[in-house]
Amino acid sequence: MSGRVLVGVKRVIDYAVKIRVKPDNTGVVTDGVKHSMNPFCEIAVEEAVKLKEKKLVKEVVAVSCGPQQSQETIRTALAMGADRGIHVEVSGNDYETLGPLQVSKIMAALAKKEDAQIIILGKQAIDDDCNQTGQMTAALLDWPQGTFASEVTLDGDKIKVVREIDGGLETIKINTPAVLTADLRLNTPRYATLPNIMKAKKKKIANVKPADLGVNLTSKLEVLRVEDPPQRQAGMKVETVEDLVGKLKELGKV
Amino acid sequence: MFPASRYTCKAHRCIRALVTLQKDPSAPQLYSSIHRRTCSSASTTRITTHYTIHPRDKDARWEGMEMERFADEADVVIVGGGPAGLSAAIRLKQLANEQEKELRVCLVEKAPQLGAHTLSGACLEPRALIELFPDWKERGAPLHTPVTEDVFSIFTEKHRIPVPILPGLPMQNHGNYIVRLGNLVRWLGEQAEELGVEIYPGYAAAEVLFHEDGSVKGIATNDVGIAKDGSPKDTFERGMELHAKVTVFGEGCHGHLAKQLYKQFNLRENCEPQTYAIGLKELWMIDEKKWKPGRTEHSVGWPLDRHTYGGSFLYHLNEGEPLVALGFVVGLDYSNPYLSPFREFQRWKHHPFIAATLEGGQRIAYGARALNEGGFQCIPKLTFPGGLLIGCSPGFMNVPKIKGTHTAMKSGILAAEAIFPKVTAENLDSETAGLHIPEYSNNLENSSVWKELHAVRNIRPSFHNYFGLYGGMVYTGIFYWILRGKEPWTLKHRGLDANQLKPAKDCKPIEYPKPDGKISFDLLSSVALSGTNHEGDQPPHLTLKDDRIPVEKNLAIYDGPEQRFCPAGVYEYVPVETGDGMRLQINAQNCVHCKTCDIKDPSQNINWVVPEGGGGPAYNGM
Repeated sequence: MSGRVLVGVKRVIDYAVKIRVKPDNTGVVTDGVKHSMNPFCEIAVEEAVKLKEKKLVKEVVAVSCGPQQSQETIRTALAMGADRGIHVEVSGNDYETLGPLQVSKIMAALAKKEDAQIIILGKQAIDDDCNQTGQMTAALLDWPQGTFASEVTLDGDKIKVVREIDGGLETIKINTPAVLTADLRLNTPRYATLPNIMKAKKKKIANVKPADLGVNLTSKLEVLRVEDPPQRQAGMKVETVEDLVGKLKELGKV
Repeated sequence: MFPASRYTCKAHRCIRALVTLQKDPSAPQLYSSIHRRTCSSASTTRITTHYTIHPRDKDARWEGMEMERFADEADVVIVGGGPAGLSAAIRLKQLANEQEKELRVCLVEKAPQLGAHTLSGACLEPRALIELFPDWKERGAPLHTPVTEDVFSIFTEKHRIPVPILPGLPMQNHGNYIVRLGNLVRWLGEQAEELGVEIYPGYAAAEVLFHEDGSVKGIATNDVGIAKDGSPKDTFERGMELHAKVTVFGEGCHGHLAKQLYKQFNLRENCEPQTYAIGLKELWMIDEKKWKPGRTEHSVGWPLDRHTYGGSFLYHLNEGEPLVALGFVVGLDYSNPYLSPFREFQRWKHHPFIAATLEGGQRIAYGARALNEGGFQCIPKLTFPGGLLIGCSPGFMNVPKIKGTHTAMKSGILAAEAIFPKVTAENLDSETAGLHIPEYSNNLENSSVWKELHAVRNIRPSFHNYFGLYGGMVYTGIFYWILRGKEPWTLKHRGLDANQLKPAKDCKPIEYPKPDGKISFDLLSSVALSGTNHEGDQPPHLTLKDDRIPVEKNLAIYDGPEQRFCPAGVYEYVPVETGDGMRLQINAQNCVHCKTCDIKDPSQNINWVVPEGGGGPAYNGM
């Protein structure tokens, strides 16, 4: 067993920033906008580092797919405790169309190349809310998956995962190697403090191109148009049930 | 008797006390303590929990916590990644590379990325930039909009009186560039990193460190993982210490560490207290037909009365899209506590001359920051053992020009040139462990910055006359335009801005129009556009020296001016949950780090300290 954990981290627009649609409606404005690590990816990194601190795994490798700036996100993961990073360079049009299918192909290829035992990802990214990469990666590798994890316990060569599902909590036991996706209550991520950022500068980040991994990035999806959601209309207050029914009839709803 | 769970906490205590009394009638102590608790008018929850007000060495919750800090050494540490700090860093590394000397320069900045806390008009005089990088154009500095047109008006409610900008008047902008300062700062940061400066955004300098001999040793960054009530969380970690031979403080207008240094080294004993203004700014994407790239517009007059200093700016940028930067400045020496700079800004936009430009446009950004108005009379002593002050922190803004960036950058360059020989000297004889660099002050006094500020020193104070604004303009016309500021006298300012407020009973509330949602907007949607956010579970960084003063003094005498001058809605007076009376609610997460509250609080009770690094606004090219 390699004892190696791959953690995927995504650089997204910071959650507190107000999103603006580009005037040509092809996407959202990202130039100069504050970005940070996807909150669920932070939780994934924290979980991987915790496993290493408990000596249950030997090495944590942080992976990010994107342009030059993704290196900052990997740097933050390194400051949180990851041992080394892999930056998969994707920029320009390829980056605009990069989606869960492409990223999962990359993660699967890296998992084989790095002989990873566990892959931990965030359950979803806050910019596209896809919630697909973890599941697709597991399918491509034919590995078991423990998604929406709120508790992870390593037990020999198996993993016990408590999952947050609609009905409550579900506990499953899966074999390794496996893919896990982190949900909100899995842990509270630690801060990347300045001494650790300074140390992280000495940790290695390898540069890899998707072609080197044999991954084709072409997407079968084409974004036609991006628009603001419709403005919320003002509501109406009514005094009695009769008024309500009357108003509904007026609007042709009843 | 009664099911205890049905009662509130207070009632619980009373019942328990009464039960004890029934059993033991000779327990007067218990009764009096209950009496005191139920009679207190202040709520039992503290507003201020920050350790600068409630020290942790006396706090039981901090017993046994590991308080050791990791320390590192650099040659020079710079606090603040704005134009001044970055210019100093760049110049230091340029000198080091030229002379092939090793020099470790570390820069800490509280914003999550360079430029995120930068806000300015801005009309840049490029001379300091040219000095730093004669090849700035080839390097791609974001100066894309030379000024082509200069328009100055006096506004009345419905009309405008044009004022000719004759060459020689401070407002003349020929040769200057309209810039988005945040983008320039970001570019300066890239240049600095290429030269080898270590830049650490997202880490705030929270504490000044001192050697045993009293000289400055360096700074410590903020601790993280402290809960809102001041107790340590699981994620608690101490900040880090950065030691340096010289620490350069470039925190911008009204820096919080500078405030401490003024007291520590008595730097302000021979200058007047600094006076300030608040500047509020928005970025608008306007109708292309109205776009006039390179045009700068300034106005004075409506909606301010002639005794309230202030005015507006509107700049048409030329960066490929019809973007205008506009804003409003209000002098913080205003006397009416009912004045709301934010609402003055919003109603000014409805002036026909301005509304015409904005109609059909879309607002895309908002922010606010305090700026210096004191000029020459308010420059403090700039150097002390172990450190020095640069930029808008001591304050080199040319007020009538409303330009401070070029002087800030020049001060950074001069600081670097004074520091470099001393910090790389082989055998320097220094009295103190932290180096004292008085050469910086001397160089500054012999530079263009000094001459410039001296020439315009009397313009701002000339507003304090019966005719207010008009008196000031007449003075400027005679003494600056004709005589170039050579008059032998130096007028004084009025004193601390915080002392200028009149009691609310002596003033009339101002009727502001409701925002229309197209040109003018409400406060909260504006704050949302600044992208500001802070970790919620941390002690509020707007600390009160005394929690009782806001209600007892600010609200009682001045009707709570902080709820009006804060451009981010941090301060709210809300009714207490039970009983009568109001309490101050501090929405620290909204703070945009403008520093106005620390400046204008009439009780000087608010002490702004730095929150966890990375928090604050997320300005983009402001």
